[in-house]
Amino acid sequence: MVAHKDKAEWVGHVRRIQEERDQTAFAELFAHFAPRVKAFLMKSGASETLAEECTQEAMATLWRKANLFDPSRASVSTWIFTIARNRRIDMLRKQRRPEPEDLPWGPEAEPAPEDVIALQQESAQLGEALSQLPQEQRELIEKAYFGDLSHSQIAAETGLPLGTIKSRIRLALERLRHAMK
Amino acid sequence: MKSEIKHHLSDEILMAYSAGTLPEAFDLVVATHVSMCDECRARLDSFDAVGGAVLEDCAEVAMSADSLAATLAMIENAPKVADAPRRAAAGSVFPTPLQEYVNGDLDAVKWRKVGGGVSQAILKTSNDASVRLLRIPGGAQMPDHGHRGMEMTLVLQGAFKDEHDRFGRGDVEIANEDLHHTPVAEEGEDCICLAATDAPLKFNAFIPRIAQHFLRI
Repeated sequence: MVAHKDKAEWVGHVRRIQEERDQTAFAELFAHFAPRVKAFLMKSGASETLAEECTQEAMATLWRKANLFDPSRASVSTWIFTIARNRRIDMLRKQRRPEPEDLPWGPEAEPAPEDVIALQQESAQLGEALSQLPQEQRELIEKAYFGDLSHSQIAAETGLPLGTIKSRIRLALERLRHAMK
Repeated sequence: MKSEIKHHLSDEILMAYSAGTLPEAFDLVVATHVSMCDECRARLDSFDAVGGAVLEDCAEVAMSADSLAATLAMIENAPKVADAPRRAAAGSVFPTPLQEYVNGDLDAVKWRKVGGGVSQAILKTSNDASVRLLRIPGGAQMPDHGHRGMEMTLVLQGAFKDEHDRFGRGDVEIANEDLHHTPVAEEGEDCICLAATDAPLKFNAFIPRIAQHFLRI
């Protein structure tokens, strides 16, 4: 288990990529996340060669989509997970991945800083909670996210404190909608 | 596009969508509903956060020595335009994910009559499940069918009622083999639904068995 400290700082890295096309920030993100994305893809059944290739593509996607990252709704690791997962569906299952439409969101509706901080904290706490679950339960959740379980086998009862993070995201969504009016 | 939605996706389905293990046909219904429903979007985001925590905890596998340079070259060679947000035009009936399968909004659907005034359009997805648009005239009855496996029906326009409940725009009904129902479209405008199923429907009446093959359901 790795420590979950410093998670929030990655938000600044993504902002630097988006605003300044900062390659140093990208290199730091890459050093931390690429080896994890590669491991994630290999645990999902990809060969090392394929996982390497897909990880590079996923990290390039991160650069391209940096303008769409919303730190009031996701941590950077959550966002990278969704990019890696979609690459996996495309690559291993040869399926399209229908994604929800983007929220009406632009420079006129910046997320509130307190929402960003709170969400990043909730995400870190969720990570802590996952690492403290009994091993058997944690492995079941990991298997589900590696795509090792069929949808009927995935239990919705994860034992994780999802209520708090859900309320937080809900609040952030409401503020965004309000800011749009 | 929000409020008033009463029938939501289950945790089980949202988690499976987040984990990426649902057939494409169900993914499309989930993505379309979430586009219309802030409540389910927040729940989905929280399941994605579990995925983020799992990713964060993955034991690292070293990347090849030139991987960062290769990735930067990939970025350098790609078009310099950032990805635009995907949003449906104001007044659209179909949210963006559905428009991407129909290649347009409601007026772009190529309907085929299936009897009883009902029309359908099958959308192309992976063949482990199927998804179609249904158009039911107001007041008309859907054929009574039992389910094998799971069926998800999302209302996009109008409403339908069955013995149990009313489903309006944005509402999603999740049915399994235990449910035998006879939905009726509410009087008024046509009821347009997006329906996914992971097994052929077995009709109890109204459409002969042989027609199932013809309808590809």
